[in-house]
Amino acid sequence: MTVHNLYIFDRNGVCLHYSEWNRKKHAGISREQEYQLMYGMLFSIRSFVNKMSPVDLRDGFLSFQTSKYKLHYYETATGLKIVMNTDLGVGNIRDVLSQIYSTIFVELVVKNPLCNLNEPIQSELFRTKLDSFVRGLPFFSARAG
Amino acid sequence: MSRQTNRGTENKKMNSELFTLTYGALVTQLCKDYENDEDVNKQLDKMGYNIGVRLIEDFLARSNVGRCHDFRETADVIAKVAFKMYLGITPSVTNWSPAGDEFSLILENNPLVDFVELPDNHSSLIYSNLLCGLLRGALEMVQMAIDVKFVQDTLKGDNVTEIRMKFIKRIEENLPAGEE
Repeated sequence: MTVHNLYIFDRNGVCLHYSEWNRKKHAGISREQEYQLMYGMLFSIRSFVNKMSPVDLRDGFLSFQTSKYKLHYYETATGLKIVMNTDLGVGNIRDVLSQIYSTIFVELVVKNPLCNLNEPIQSELFRTKLDSFVRGLPFFSARAG
Repeated sequence: MSRQTNRGTENKKMNSELFTLTYGALVTQLCKDYENDEDVNKQLDKMGYNIGVRLIEDFLARSNVGRCHDFRETADVIAKVAFKMYLGITPSVTNWSPAGDEFSLILENNPLVDFVELPDNHSSLIYSNLLCGLLRGALEMVQMAIDVKFVQDTLKGDNVTEIRMKFIKRIEENLPAGEE
């Protein structure tokens, strides 16, 4: 099992953070374009899922998978979006994403008054903690992929 | 990692007197800095707003409360969960408007004013106005535009302290400009 990469978007679609671990293939467009493309797709999936659902939704869009990877999606009530791509062997990781939100993002970004909330995160501490958290996940493995 | 990993669930308790007195010192300083009470009210509201937009994230991370589906649910969460968590009190929710878009929070004891006596020359000062900005800022982040104001205040001789909350509109999320 493996973790490919992770995006954090704010409620306005700004990509606050991006990091990658095992990414073999790149999009062939600029990072900025990639973020926009990703956010646009998430936005559409979200409204698609909400409109198409035949019953009332609680959590909305959770994940999708292709033949090669799985995209996990977590959104808070404030509109913060955490997106993690893994391989297909990884199950439901809602609790992992919510932990990234509550123990890393809130503690190191929201509670740091020097971190502006609607621009990309500059904090080195945040990066380090996030990186070591993800590397410590049971389904993180550098050799797989 | 040790410090951060446990923070989510653990509830750090702090002596509320330190908070109350710090707030008092802040208001006192603002009264010195600004000529009239209106400006002090405005500053307190603005500071509260800035706190609110951050505090909401801490609140959501700690409480596991999801999106509210109506204003009544919002009122309940504010009174029973949020006020309890941050101020240690549980205001009562009353005076619903027939349309269900307005309610009051009645605070029996407002911890911000524990040691306060309002001097006569500050009759238009809304001492705890920080709370209004805070509520407004926090709710704005969960897509609710709200009007918040004090309509009764024990500091001004009323029997209770009453904060009136009025729902204005849902803030719609938009696709950022430049995308099709």
